[in-house]
Amino acid sequence: MNAPKELKYTKDHEWVRVEGDIATVGITDFAQKELDELVYVEVETVGETLAQEETFGTVEAVKTTSELFMPVSGEVLEFNEELNENKGDNPTLVNEDPYGKGWIVKIKLSDPSELDNLMDAAGYVELVS
Amino acid sequence: MKHTPLTTIHEELGAKMASFAGYNMPISYQGIKDEHAAVRNKVGVFDVSHMGEFIVRGKEAQDLLQLVTSNDVSKLKIGDAQYSCLPNKNGGIVDDLLVYRLTEDNCSEGEQAYMLVVNASNIEKDWNWIAEQNTFDAKMINISDRTGLLAVQGPQAIELLQPLTAVDLSSLSYYTFTKGTLAGLDNVLISATGYTGAGGFELYVNSDQLLALWKALFENPAVEVMPIGLGARDTLRLEMGYCLYGNDIDDTTSPIEAGLGWITKTKKDHFNSIDIFRAQRADGVDRKLVGFTLSDRRVPRHGYQIEDMAGNSIGEVTSGTQSPSLNIPIGMGYVKKGFDQAGTEVMIVVGKKRLPAVVTKLPFYKTK
Repeated sequence: MNAPKELKYTKDHEWVRVEGDIATVGITDFAQKELDELVYVEVETVGETLAQEETFGTVEAVKTTSELFMPVSGEVLEFNEELNENKGDNPTLVNEDPYGKGWIVKIKLSDPSELDNLMDAAGYVELVS
Repeated sequence: MKHTPLTTIHEELGAKMASFAGYNMPISYQGIKDEHAAVRNKVGVFDVSHMGEFIVRGKEAQDLLQLVTSNDVSKLKIGDAQYSCLPNKNGGIVDDLLVYRLTEDNCSEGEQAYMLVVNASNIEKDWNWIAEQNTFDAKMINISDRTGLLAVQGPQAIELLQPLTAVDLSSLSYYTFTKGTLAGLDNVLISATGYTGAGGFELYVNSDQLLALWKALFENPAVEVMPIGLGARDTLRLEMGYCLYGNDIDDTTSPIEAGLGWITKTKKDHFNSIDIFRAQRADGVDRKLVGFTLSDRRVPRHGYQIEDMAGNSIGEVTSGTQSPSLNIPIGMGYVKKGFDQAGTEVMIVVGKKRLPAVVTKLPFYKTK
């Protein structure tokens, strides 16, 4: 399983890439494999400020529905247009490239100290193996 | 956790494995959508050896089965299979099953022999249920652990299997079976049945023959064949509107409510709950299992509430998925009387949202 070292991870299988006070968030390679092919990614929280672990969206796979949780508190700035049903509508990017083109949202961090609660790659790999 | 004789093969193929009814089973290999499409358009092979098989044999085998099953066993000729259910005594369903009437080669004079194929999750429950009512001259044998089962499903199933056997497969009509040599293996029960709506066969063998059978099916270079997991098995059956025990039917649902009136032969003299089903036939039922489609992108799931357009609760979703063939969300669920006609508009409650859905005739997918 692929888990890049430069990212932080949650127990709910989200990953976070931090650049300044902006966090890019997606779901892990492990998560996309478990879900199987995604058919829809729904994020209707752009512009909202949400607390850590609050739900910011939903992914639908053929067999299961899974909620997406805020890895850290902050304002949801942007939803990946390539996944958006009104734009690219290509949810399988999450399966094909979970850490790259399949990113889901960008968040403006409201409390960067929360990043310390997250796992590093080694910790996450241990969790799911 | 129990294993089938093919667990190692599934793992070598990179299958995603999960526990299902206590068995370590393949959920998917390449992905549910690809596997689903392979069965609809070509052919796929499922290891469904977790299913349970009982032999019922004796001079009164038919009497026992007439009591415990809802369909009419007396209609079966040797070589016929029948879909049926085991009603409990309160108008619910212990399990749904297939009843095969076997040849009488191993029988004494006057005896009949049947094979029951039951859901893996219910093997023990079904066995006990039938055994405790067996006051007849009928012997029951549980052959589940020594029986392997592969489902070969899809429009090219005959092309895949015919080179492996002298049995004329095209002459086997739907819901009949025969025994013959296939892939060099003796006594394979070849059944023209399935749970996909894609056509094909189910092959019952001894567990120790299963690996050889599986390998033979993947050795024909002329036919492209894919291994299929339980994930696609579920999407395929749901597109056809076939019930899944534990989701759509259970101990509390009546076959009349579930749209299984066609296997509930209330003209028989007697079977468990026959009076309840006769009354439901005469008076109607309060709820019915229906199919519905959504125009939204969200997918209905087991347990979601169904409301009428005024927001009153009228039922619950029992199964749902994104249909890989139709590319829309589909589901089944029980709705109150009056909301079961095709075209009726209802709402599915998904979290805080209410999504419009339309009651739809089954099957969702019409075979070409």
